[in-house]
Amino acid sequence: MWRDAALVAGKDLRIEGRSRVGLSQVAPFGIVALVLFAFALGPDRDVMAKGAPGLFWVAILFCTVLAIQRSVSVESSDGARDGLRLSGIDPAGLFLGKATAVAAQLVVLELLLGTGVVVLYGARIEVAWMIVVSCVLGTIGLAATGTLYGALSSGLRVRETLLPFLFLPIAAPVLLAGTRVFQAAMAGGTPSDGLQWLRLLALFDVVYVAVGIVLFGPIQETA
Amino acid sequence: MTSDLTSATVPGPATEAPGADVEAFDPVTATTDGDTVTTDADTVTTGAAADHPSTAAVTNSGVTPPTAHVAPPPVQSARAKAIERTVGVLALVGTGFTVWLGLWVTPPDKVQGDLVRLVYIHPGVAWVALYLAFGLAAVSSLLYLWPRTRSLFWDRLAAAAVEVGVIYNICTLVSGSIWGKPTWGVWWAWDARLTLTAVLLVLFLGYLALRRIPAEPEVRARRSAFVALFAALDVPLVHFSVDWWNTLHQGATVLNPGLSLKIHGSMAWTLLLGFVALTLAFVWMLLVRYRIGVLEDWLDANELDMALAERQSEGGGPVGGLAGAPTRGPAADRVGAA
Repeated sequence: MWRDAALVAGKDLRIEGRSRVGLSQVAPFGIVALVLFAFALGPDRDVMAKGAPGLFWVAILFCTVLAIQRSVSVESSDGARDGLRLSGIDPAGLFLGKATAVAAQLVVLELLLGTGVVVLYGARIEVAWMIVVSCVLGTIGLAATGTLYGALSSGLRVRETLLPFLFLPIAAPVLLAGTRVFQAAMAGGTPSDGLQWLRLLALFDVVYVAVGIVLFGPIQETA
Repeated sequence: MTSDLTSATVPGPATEAPGADVEAFDPVTATTDGDTVTTDADTVTTGAAADHPSTAAVTNSGVTPPTAHVAPPPVQSARAKAIERTVGVLALVGTGFTVWLGLWVTPPDKVQGDLVRLVYIHPGVAWVALYLAFGLAAVSSLLYLWPRTRSLFWDRLAAAAVEVGVIYNICTLVSGSIWGKPTWGVWWAWDARLTLTAVLLVLFLGYLALRRIPAEPEVRARRSAFVALFAALDVPLVHFSVDWWNTLHQGATVLNPGLSLKIHGSMAWTLLLGFVALTLAFVWMLLVRYRIGVLEDWLDANELDMALAERQSEGGGPVGGLAGAPTRGPAADRVGAA
């Protein structure tokens, strides 16, 4: 399972490295979103610093949708999906691999957008480890749920419109928890408030990673 | 809700479908010589549709039986029909009594005045929407996914439960808003329970959107069951998160809308009756929706064959080479030429 996961993740990341879709489209989209949020909330730096945690996670959520759609579309042509199934790769490994590739891209995005939030919105980070842990946990959760929904919608012609509708409400706990942890870890927050949210993020990850490992095979047969 | 219940005895849309099909084909027939045949087919089909739907498609020409094979539509058993009617009547009577007791018999509240009458509706619809409907949908989706209990029954049951549940969910939000405006001063508060209700609504609207995508019944069933399962797993997580979110925000003082009121004897009974009536109305709608679901699947599978059969009979018998032609394109061409 782990070897298969590494293979699949390596393949997806190699495709990404050669096509640079994430780097040239998804990442700039994240930056655009940050700039648009700034326009929407006005030039008041206090307001923006206050809103920074939520805006960061909303931007990440939107970028996740794009990353997932990309991750699905690389399998959608040339019978790649059938090829993967024929190759004898363990479905659980496939799930972990695809999710890992998405997560790796999300981590890069988070570094970029995190810097953007600090620079553009004037957010000040006080408890760095909390920010890092929440990013890692949030990324795992988003990548896992996103990969599940991506696989479910992969055979559908309407997946571009359906995927965000199905995926974003499911990710609501990640957005809530991630935002709360950031607020707790940034200037003016109480760090101890963040702990229960980190636990919630961890629970979310455990639930959906487990579901993915168990159910990815049947889901693939459905699509 | 009451007005919905009065339509208990109207036949489901799918049983009327054969008649609708004939109408759709009328203009074409007029260009051939089939004027009399058309009216004949019309009366036979619509007349027979209600009682003997299976014979409608077969006997409508009166000359030659069409060659395209049409499976007879599933017929509701007499027992199922009786159960459906009984539940419908009980729900109607219960709702009527709730309205009467709630609006005229029970006294207004000291603090909330007439607003308190919402207590007979709001908790009832909320219970059905949040627990009964979505719980049922989650359990039946799980039972569908479990290989030993896999059957389209569970899929249709889940679909019906979600569809009716979404209506109840909207009723919950609307009645809550109507109550919230005068008591809290706002239509909407980001209270934990309100937020959870709204998230549930969005989750299950997604489920319904997914179901609307045309697919084989088995494929659609599996896909929807997975989505329902993921959504159901999300519910406790959303529940925790909005709970903490709100308590960290403003303290859980908002949501206690006069439940400390002293419940008068007649009020307690009306409240209880409201719960029962709304639950019965849910069950009735569930039964009807399930039946419509069965008929929809039948129609999906047989629509084309039925249209072909109609078409052949209109032309005065099978057209050469048409027998058993499964595709719409060539068949339509031939008949047009004839």
